[in-house]
Amino acid sequence: MTRKLLTTARMLVVMTVLTGILYPLAVTGLAQMFFPRQAGGSLIARDGQPVGSALIGQSFMGPGYFHGRPSVAGKDGYDAAASSGSNLGPTSKELVATVAKRLAAVRTVNGLPAGAPVPADLVTASASGLDPDISPEAAYLQVPRVARARNLPEDKVRSLVERNITGRQLGILGEPRVNVLKLNLELDKLSR
Amino acid sequence: MAAINTDILQIALFLALLLFLAVPLGRYMARVFSGERTFLDPVLKPLERLIYRLAGVSDGREMNWREYAATLLVFNFLGMVAVYLIQRLQGVLPFNPQHFSAVPPDLAFNTAASFMTNTNWQAYSGESTMSYFTQMAALTVQNFLSAATGIAVVVALTRGLARRSAKTIGNFWEDLTRSILWVLLPLSLLFALVLVSQGVIQNLSPYLTVTTLEGGRQTLAMGPVASQEAIKLLGTNGGGFFNANSAHPFENPTPLTNLLEMLAIFVIPAGLTITYGRMVGNHRQGTVILAAMLLLFVLALGVVYGSEHYGNPTLRALGVSGPTAMEGKEVRFGIANSSLFATVTTAASCGAVNAMHDSLTPLGGLIPMLQMMLGEVVFGGVGSGLYGMLVFVILTVFIVGLMVGRTPEYLGKKIETREMKMATLAVLIPAATILLGSGLAAATRAGTASILNPGPHGLSEILYAFASGAGNNGSAFAGLNANTPFYNIALGLAMLIGRFGVILPVLAIAGSMAAKKAVPPGPGTFQTTSLLFTGLLAAVVLIVGALTFLPALALGPVVEQLLMLAGKAF
Amino acid sequence: MPREANISNRLAASRGSFNRALLVPAIKDAFAKLDPRVQWRNPVMFVVEIGALLTTIFTLRDIVAGVRTMVALNIQLALWLWITVLFANFAEALAEGRGKAQAETLRRTRSETTAKKLCDGRVQQIPASQLRKGDIVLVEAGDIIPGDGEVIEGIASVDESAVTGESAPVIRESGGDRSAVTGGTRVLSDWIKVRITANPGETFLDRMINLVEGARRQKTPNEIALTILLIGLTIVFLLAVATLEPFALYSGAPAPVPVLIALLVCLIPTTIGGLLSAIGIAGMDRLLKRNVLAMSGRAVEAAGDVDVLLLDKTGTITLGNRMATAFIPAPGVTEEQLADAAQLASLADETPEGRSIVVLAKNKFRLRERDLGSLKASFVPFSAHTRMSGVDLEGRQIRKGAADAIEAFVREQGGSLPAEVRDTVARVAKEGGTPLVVAEGARVLGVVYLKDVIKGGIKERFAELRRMGIKTVMITGDNPLTAAAIAAEAGVDDFLAEATPETKLKLIRDYQAKGHLVAMTGDGTNDAPALAQADVGLAMNSGTQAAKEAGNMVDLDNNPTKLIEVVEIGKQLLMTRGSLTTFSIANDVAKYFAIIPALFTVTYPELGALNIMRLATPQSAILAAVIFNALIIIALVPLALKGVAYRPLGANAILRRNLVIYGLGGLVAPFIGIKLIDMLLVALRLA
Repeated sequence: MTRKLLTTARMLVVMTVLTGILYPLAVTGLAQMFFPRQAGGSLIARDGQPVGSALIGQSFMGPGYFHGRPSVAGKDGYDAAASSGSNLGPTSKELVATVAKRLAAVRTVNGLPAGAPVPADLVTASASGLDPDISPEAAYLQVPRVARARNLPEDKVRSLVERNITGRQLGILGEPRVNVLKLNLELDKLSR
Repeated sequence: MAAINTDILQIALFLALLLFLAVPLGRYMARVFSGERTFLDPVLKPLERLIYRLAGVSDGREMNWREYAATLLVFNFLGMVAVYLIQRLQGVLPFNPQHFSAVPPDLAFNTAASFMTNTNWQAYSGESTMSYFTQMAALTVQNFLSAATGIAVVVALTRGLARRSAKTIGNFWEDLTRSILWVLLPLSLLFALVLVSQGVIQNLSPYLTVTTLEGGRQTLAMGPVASQEAIKLLGTNGGGFFNANSAHPFENPTPLTNLLEMLAIFVIPAGLTITYGRMVGNHRQGTVILAAMLLLFVLALGVVYGSEHYGNPTLRALGVSGPTAMEGKEVRFGIANSSLFATVTTAASCGAVNAMHDSLTPLGGLIPMLQMMLGEVVFGGVGSGLYGMLVFVILTVFIVGLMVGRTPEYLGKKIETREMKMATLAVLIPAATILLGSGLAAATRAGTASILNPGPHGLSEILYAFASGAGNNGSAFAGLNANTPFYNIALGLAMLIGRFGVILPVLAIAGSMAAKKAVPPGPGTFQTTSLLFTGLLAAVVLIVGALTFLPALALGPVVEQLLMLAGKAF
Repeated sequence: MPREANISNRLAASRGSFNRALLVPAIKDAFAKLDPRVQWRNPVMFVVEIGALLTTIFTLRDIVAGVRTMVALNIQLALWLWITVLFANFAEALAEGRGKAQAETLRRTRSETTAKKLCDGRVQQIPASQLRKGDIVLVEAGDIIPGDGEVIEGIASVDESAVTGESAPVIRESGGDRSAVTGGTRVLSDWIKVRITANPGETFLDRMINLVEGARRQKTPNEIALTILLIGLTIVFLLAVATLEPFALYSGAPAPVPVLIALLVCLIPTTIGGLLSAIGIAGMDRLLKRNVLAMSGRAVEAAGDVDVLLLDKTGTITLGNRMATAFIPAPGVTEEQLADAAQLASLADETPEGRSIVVLAKNKFRLRERDLGSLKASFVPFSAHTRMSGVDLEGRQIRKGAADAIEAFVREQGGSLPAEVRDTVARVAKEGGTPLVVAEGARVLGVVYLKDVIKGGIKERFAELRRMGIKTVMITGDNPLTAAAIAAEAGVDDFLAEATPETKLKLIRDYQAKGHLVAMTGDGTNDAPALAQADVGLAMNSGTQAAKEAGNMVDLDNNPTKLIEVVEIGKQLLMTRGSLTTFSIANDVAKYFAIIPALFTVTYPELGALNIMRLATPQSAILAAVIFNALIIIALVPLALKGVAYRPLGANAILRRNLVIYGLGGLVAPFIGIKLIDMLLVALRLA
């Protein structure tokens, strides 16, 4: 009995070392060797300073930047150390009210009439709260506002958006989308 | 319409790739567990021997079912104790750059039970609770061990069904070690690197703070994610490194990783049906089960996708355009891949999510719940899905087989009192756990206080939590605040009961079936290799499994859907 | 003894499945079975009974408290729940009742007789009921044998029609396979000494009565396994309904207890739960109708599983009697002379063999039948002592019989059996035929070749069995060549030639080792080990006591072909169980659609969308479901007693058929039934 228990304990230790220490360390080593950028978080640097991760959305509030999706991660949204969705259910009054409020805000800042259609991703919180993308429709909707704020011709901004659309991966997977951080970086470059 | 076509194409691609991968993997696993030669032997055989020597496992002596079950139980509970202790002591253990302190006892118990039972329910938020050491040495380890335990059980059951007049059903240590060395570790290693190449992070750095374009500060959580991500999916564990799980861009950055993650969830459960067919000596015995799983899966997926695609009319009325059900979903995945992932992760007892299930449309949320209530048998967890399905096979054979005028038999073995007792227990125990647990929660303040969404959806949150716990799924209607002593303890117990309340009867069945003689099949035998059987199995799963929960579901998601269509909100 | 007095005929007399005489006691019994101590044996119906009780209490409480809102519904619910239990009880009582009636008939057969007990060589008259095992009694011509026993001395012809229905007397003698006698039968000629082998109350007749009455009926293995499943389902639904209350409270839609009970009763498998024991009893009853006594329900179940049938060639595959096919004369005798003598010897012989000789002589030599009376001939019948028969006319003594018997006869007359005839006898025997030697006086005339004749229709029967997945094996003492020829002709799958009790036993064990279930028939003492080893051993009632003890079924008609019917009845029993289980479970779908919307429609009118049957009101919906649930039990009683229609088909064909009827039917029927009841309830203003 004691011997069996001992065997069990030893097995657990051996397996812990194998799968809990050796395996993750091996993956870390190999990842750092072959894919150091990705393993480190696909960071984007500007002027040598990291400004964020290409994969993680960040908060954009000003009229001169394209806005990402509403985020409920952390207190103010886009807290990349506190990923979270809203978890509001489909029959939640709070959801309906929040979406209505966001709709009004989107319409106001973009100068749209009341009742104008707004793509869902601009008024609904993402699952992670860190969604880096918006739909092309959501980006196009913001073009006039951004152009006005930046004093750029709308066409130029529109074609910038066009160039920043990521198509379906391998032509079939996922949805067409625009990475907001990358778009805004390009936008900054354009304005400079 | 073009969008729908692309959606269907993606789903078809997923299923085609699944079968393409599962068949060779299944054959390979059959070789592994039959002790035949494999191409990895030159590397792994010495490693296997080393492990046995280090652990003091003396020989490959076979065990009877009681011994097998006892060894499994002790090993699992010792593992659970280890996970508990590591959480409680993480403050003084290494690899803790964020200096997280000890996890509170009730949460630590819940998490320990959760990871040991392959549930991976997370009442905590990973990036703000667990140190890297806890994530690796406690959680990743149990990701492997709980998955290997599931595989071991189904392999033991398979042997029990295949053998004749035998006393033993295999050696637990061997089954455990071989499933880790030959199956889980190599696949995880490979998959982890593919994930990293797509952007999943893998480092031991402290969290990184950057200054954003607008001048704000953003702290990026870091960690050894890819290594855990790989086994999280391959082992149908589902416990995310981060709170947002596979919706988090560092866990699931691209549509390609999303596809691969879904494949990773299904490939071993699907492959095991092939393994099973091979090991019982008739590959059709495996394919009919696979077909029944596929049938149920496609039905489930149809409802989820249909409902999510239809969306939320209340929001549409406000002027929201495009797919309205985007709350809790990521743009890169959209409706199709979120629906597919939700169906996959709850069909298998994985529980990883790439969208917030709490925000799914009512019918879109009903199906995940139902799949868990059915006992996680549509592919199901690694091992657990197939052994759960085999319990339903036994029930089907018994109910329907009687109709051909013979004492029901499966693989030539008579289904008698003992098997029925055990099969009934294996179905009854998780069902009772879900019903009693949710009933208790719905009736008490401690239960209802945690509800986020009022109205029928609140009931759904409770039902989902217990279905997820007892079904060892681990996904959540995450609005429910589960990190309370009540839920931590109640769900922790639900997970333990749901896991071992099935494993023990299943091993007992393995033992009693192994001892039986087998009647050679003839024209008078009820065939379990026909398409008809596939349909019957699916029907029994639906009728026996679902009827139990219909009243509860009617008050939860069913009525909510009707209310949503009527424009009501709570 | 008059022909009508035998058991099988008496049983036949009590056989009407629904005669009025059975209904009244069954109804009485249905109420008696409400006793919870009895009901406990059937957990599913026990739950219903508790539910009925609770509903009654709630209703009474409401009436006393003056609550009037749901009273009309609750009273009706309580009533129908009680009716549900009563219907199930009635089904069981009816099935049992038929057995009881039959037992009564048997009891009347067991007459009080006086026994002539032998004590130290003196005869002592005592009542048969005082006989004990080991006592020795003398039974003379005209006496009724006082108890089961074994002949230890003497030889006698016995009329066993009281037990078997066979009017022809049988020979009983000491030693060998014909030594067993049954109490209640009558000695016609000669005398025998019998050693009693059973105490009163344990005799064959007593056991029959017990079996038929179901006094010691135990649940069979498959019945237990099914009961476990049903209990499991009942517990699950009990939990589902019990936990519905907190869910309903959370939703602000508390459901009244009687309605929850109604839902529970509708969901638990009451249909199969209520009929299960009736199905089992009826299965044994169906065997009894065919004059087969099963010693246990387990044996009936095993019969359904049998996939190898060992069939004795003689009497099962071939006509017990052989046919003359050739005259083989002795040297110096023409074939016609032999035929003439053989015909004369057989004219008065009414056995099929005798008739076949006459027919053959007519066909071959146009020898017309002659009238024995006008020939002044006297017929010498076959006797157990001489083992010959023949005719005496005008000084001629013509005899026919087995070679050794005839040899003894001619030797007595100073003749001998010629070597050529001896060779012919050997050759015919080797070919599987039976040589019948004919002699006149001291002169042996030759051999009549009697050959096996395959029973009509038996080949088709075997083909049928093959389709059902049952293998047939012919058992014969013949040599392999002959056996192969007959096997091929009869269409059996396999044969065992030159069978001895040992090879027979070994064959059974071999099949069983391969996982097969084996059934066989037998009557001799040397069959006993094989009968005991076989999964289904059908002993002939004419057989020895040892054979009857070893087998688990006894055929009163001594017809080995009946084994096939036994298998069919076993299959039918299991099929009935499976079909009604499937039906019962499939029913639940419709009941949900009736009750769930009705339960919560007040709080959530939107749930009305699930009311796809468009039932009038919540009350009518609930009541209709409960009423349907009760009525379906009584509606299925005839099916439970009669068994589902049986066809000799392969498993797949049977499955498809039963699935359509009981699976699909089970899904659809309640939708229609509940809707109709609902319409009726509305029309009658009951809800």
